[in-house]
Amino acid sequence: MTLTALRQQLTAGETTPASLLEDLASQIIARDGQTGAYLSYNLEVALAEAAQADLSLPLGGIPIAIKDNINVLGQPCTCGSKFLENYIAPYDATVIRKLRAAGAIPFGRANQDEFAMGSSTENSALGSTRNPRDPSRVAGGSSGGSAAAVADGTAIAALGSDTGGSIRQPASHCGVVGLKPSYGRVSRYGLVAFASSLDQIGPLTQTVEDAARILQVIAGFDPADSTSLDVPVPDYLAKLHDGVKGLKLGIPKEYFGEGIDAGVLKNVEAAIQALAAKGAEIVEISLPHTEYAVATYYVIAPAEASSNLSRFDGVRYGHRAANPADILDLYQKSREQGFGPEVKRRIILGTYVLSSGYYDAYYSRAQKVRTLIRQDFETAFQKVDAILSPVAPSPARKIGAQGADPLQEYLSDIFTIAANLAGIPGISVPCGTVLSAEGTELPVGLQILAPHMGEQKMLQIAQAVCNDRRMADAE
Amino acid sequence: MIRDVQRFLNNLSTFLLLHLALGKWPAFHELTGMSQSHIDVRYVANLARLELTDEEVAEFQPQLEAILSYVETLSQLDVSEIDAAAHSVPVFGRMRDDTPHESLTVDAVLQNAPDQAQGQIRVPKVVADA
Repeated sequence: MTLTALRQQLTAGETTPASLLEDLASQIIARDGQTGAYLSYNLEVALAEAAQADLSLPLGGIPIAIKDNINVLGQPCTCGSKFLENYIAPYDATVIRKLRAAGAIPFGRANQDEFAMGSSTENSALGSTRNPRDPSRVAGGSSGGSAAAVADGTAIAALGSDTGGSIRQPASHCGVVGLKPSYGRVSRYGLVAFASSLDQIGPLTQTVEDAARILQVIAGFDPADSTSLDVPVPDYLAKLHDGVKGLKLGIPKEYFGEGIDAGVLKNVEAAIQALAAKGAEIVEISLPHTEYAVATYYVIAPAEASSNLSRFDGVRYGHRAANPADILDLYQKSREQGFGPEVKRRIILGTYVLSSGYYDAYYSRAQKVRTLIRQDFETAFQKVDAILSPVAPSPARKIGAQGADPLQEYLSDIFTIAANLAGIPGISVPCGTVLSAEGTELPVGLQILAPHMGEQKMLQIAQAVCNDRRMADAE
Repeated sequence: MIRDVQRFLNNLSTFLLLHLALGKWPAFHELTGMSQSHIDVRYVANLARLELTDEEVAEFQPQLEAILSYVETLSQLDVSEIDAAAHSVPVFGRMRDDTPHESLTVDAVLQNAPDQAQGQIRVPKVVADA
């Protein structure tokens, strides 16, 4: 059941926060052994909070699953890493403080790729997550646990984080809504940093309206995050049902080239046609630097990660190697033992592109190309209200099919990465399914990108996509 | 194929000009593949305080070379007139007011410390014996 529907039941006294939690816990016990969406949960603590829940608040009594890289006081925060396997968060992230102030109850730690590095949740050192729509396939990533829990009915809604598509891509693969807010819209204080110029926290939900309700609560300026912007938060529900009549929606030709699965393309094009039928004007646009986005991202993100992850040195928290010879040995062995292969690769890559002699050729150049990518969007948004595209070139792939070439996996991030580089918001909304060879229905998401701080209109368009879907389902 | 050759020549000329401007002659491997062969994985890992096994070095070397080779596509663009973007939007380190406020207690901080003594985090000796 959706967050919005449950809110009505709670305020009408038809259910209680405690019984919601008990229900979720029994669903987790029944099904999460197969899905692996959760790394841990603490029903006792959540029930104690439920007893205090103020049902008059916007999210009063609603349990929300939290990606395991967001600090919740007294709960584990492993980031899917052996390094932080025994770490207990000593404080609440700002988003958690805001959820609590709105009456919500953080419940359950959702699995993820280690330190959010990956697109499948296979890179978690603490167990992989499977797609509830087809358990032989990945849930996507890195917020795969959050997406899978919502899709599986073991969470009502969840928080994830998105550095290059980590909310939108798993949402697309699992058939749920996933929203990455504008850079600066939501505080990252208490989110374990991966790439600080790209990271954003956002909701994964069953409906667009649910995503709007959560964004409403978590958005806003926070003095504890110097990159959060002091910009008023609009009412994200106010225009949700205003439709798309008269809106100009851009179709970037570079996003509809070769390499897209035919089934994905068919669903995305049908969704675009449906929006046109509702009165939107569809305009072809160009984002000419699209082909450079992945290369730009895989310089900037590892560079920032190599710096951010230097804090994991075995001194103050996390894993410490036994019997080190000296302090240097302690750093090296603790990091060698604590990090998985994808994290090591990215630390090495990031260290390399920042190292003397290569900084200008790689990092500095990538930052300049980033400017070009941002300018592409600025130019496009002078002509259109929002941009439509696929979220991922293919539906969820088989577990273990990545192979030995990480570059191939990176290339599949092509449609989501640019939004992070440009700092603009993006949402993935379910727009259909593709029939797999085994006869399972694999969800496909439509991505809507909007100008910086343009979440209100983005949600309005997303809602129109879902209204169409509901009508199609009913026929 | 022709595009590859053109790209190679482009890379070559850019690289030669760069090195001539710097007053040094490039090594052969730099000419042939730009960065393709000159990441020394163990050396860079050491900079990052990562102690890798031989197996990891053997696994990462070709993977990282392939990624760096792909990243070379960025050198096709002329960015000489473009400003670098450290952030996607103009975000400037906004300073908070310099007023005292509560922070984490010593106990809260030490709760995750791997080793501690006398209210402090303990590490192996950093300074050698005299």
